[in-house]
Amino acid sequence: MSFQIDARFKIERRDFTLDVDLKLPGQGVTALFGHSGSGKTTCLRAMAGLERAETGYFALGDEIWQDETRRHFVPPHRRALGVVFQEASLFPHLSVRRNILFGEQRAPVSERRFVLGEIAELLGIGHLLDRAPEQLSGGERQRVAIARALLAAPRILLMDEPLAALDLKRKLEILPYLERLHAELSLPIIYVSHAPDEVARLADHLVLLDQGKVVASGALNEVLSRIDLPEAFADDAGVVIQARIAAHEDDELTRLEFPGGQIFVSRHDGPVGTQVRCRIHASDVSLALAPPLQSSILNCVTASVVALAPTDTPGHVLVRLEASGEPLLARVTKRSVEKLGIRPGLMLRAQIKAVALLA
Amino acid sequence: MAENDLSAIWLTLKLASVVTLLLLLIGTPISWWLARTRSRLKGVVGAIVALPLVLPPTVLGFYLLVVMGPHGPVGKLTEALGIGMLPFTFPGLVIASVFYSMPFVVQPIQNAFEAIGDRPLEAAATLRASPWDAFWSVAVPLARPGFLSGAILGFAHTVGEFGIVLMIGGNIPDKTRVVSVQIYDHVEALEYTAAHWLAGGMVLFSFLVLLGLYTFNPARRKSL
Repeated sequence: MSFQIDARFKIERRDFTLDVDLKLPGQGVTALFGHSGSGKTTCLRAMAGLERAETGYFALGDEIWQDETRRHFVPPHRRALGVVFQEASLFPHLSVRRNILFGEQRAPVSERRFVLGEIAELLGIGHLLDRAPEQLSGGERQRVAIARALLAAPRILLMDEPLAALDLKRKLEILPYLERLHAELSLPIIYVSHAPDEVARLADHLVLLDQGKVVASGALNEVLSRIDLPEAFADDAGVVIQARIAAHEDDELTRLEFPGGQIFVSRHDGPVGTQVRCRIHASDVSLALAPPLQSSILNCVTASVVALAPTDTPGHVLVRLEASGEPLLARVTKRSVEKLGIRPGLMLRAQIKAVALLA
Repeated sequence: MAENDLSAIWLTLKLASVVTLLLLLIGTPISWWLARTRSRLKGVVGAIVALPLVLPPTVLGFYLLVVMGPHGPVGKLTEALGIGMLPFTFPGLVIASVFYSMPFVVQPIQNAFEAIGDRPLEAAATLRASPWDAFWSVAVPLARPGFLSGAILGFAHTVGEFGIVLMIGGNIPDKTRVVSVQIYDHVEALEYTAAHWLAGGMVLFSFLVLLGLYTFNPARRKSL
């Protein structure tokens, strides 16, 4: 039951213009990533129908919610969607349970897909149902807001920086729940964020927005491994690899396998066979022509050079590599490029100094 | 206490109850509109609603008398409908009081609606609540303190009016003679003891109302 999401919006404000034309997958998590003022929240609000774009088209498969060419606009309360705002925005006059059931009561019985008990368990809020919203912590509130949105039987879940108002501890508390949503529900999620870590952890599809325009849109790694992105995104250059826990070794290391090879990380608690995501920053990858025999760096994969591009830092170059089809990025100096004769097609060794395990 | 005093008290309470009820009905949509609109008319309507706060009651009463009198448009209409003239009747007094006490009901409710902000209503909309549904299920419950303040102030202010009652209602026993007018009569007749009973009662009533307002509803104190 896969479908495509079509979103075209043009919104002109006095000091800001949003002009996007997106085709997004009707499954998995799509991250709208950009710095503040990039228009990502406005884009999300336009999808929800909370903001009416003068020129706009928005459709989930064959269900058209907005088509301004024929002045068709379905108001938000008639759209089967869920929105999670930056602040949980729970209704303070209702208990947690009645908050969660608010949307369900208004959703047609035939469309309901989720049951309170299951969702409460998935989000770990079963014990909070009879409390008042003001008695909850920020993280709990946000989980309740997610449950409330899901029970309204949405066909799509829109999340507007749901973690931005939380401190790091609460963020880490919620992220696993978001991953479970991703893994256990077949519901497309549009996730607005300006935090690269959240995006790396959750997204399958990535849209980069800058000053109201789409800079890139595609599968997560396809976008992350591009070396031609504007300055605004260059600092965080790096890729995300999907790996499998292969073994826990005796010396407190865990061996991960991915199509491009294997990497060792500090011991991880997950059972063997678990899929995990790792983020590898371009600046943590160095290149060598031969396997380094005497090096403290454990992780070294064979890769071929695909392309090179200058960075905003003078004298530095971003190198795009491929290890058995898996993209990697390395940030090296121009001098190294010349010394090693790095050019497209060259096979070499990518030494990975650090791997951030995202789970 | 004399029978005419009790009658005046009863009439006053009846008037205040009817006026408060009407004001909640009329004032709520006005408050909602004032709180949510981006229209340029907002200032004009807000100022008109607030006029009784600054106008002497005689001015308001004078114009209402003219409009509802035999030569005024409302007077001609009521005459044509067979209702008769409104001045010097209880319904006429009700209408005058509705205008006079309007800001005391509209402003607290408007403040309460404004304090809710857009977000809870947006959240309700994304949870499939129509604007009408969201108004009743979210806005009204959240603005409850405002409704409480508005109702109490509207009631108390109507109980306390004098000038406009004299202008529109006159001084007809059982019809338009409310407590404040009765006190005036007592004083004119030098019946100080009777005046004391009623006046003291008013002081006590007003104090208890305000005490209740400030004790049970502390959050709204600032906006009054």
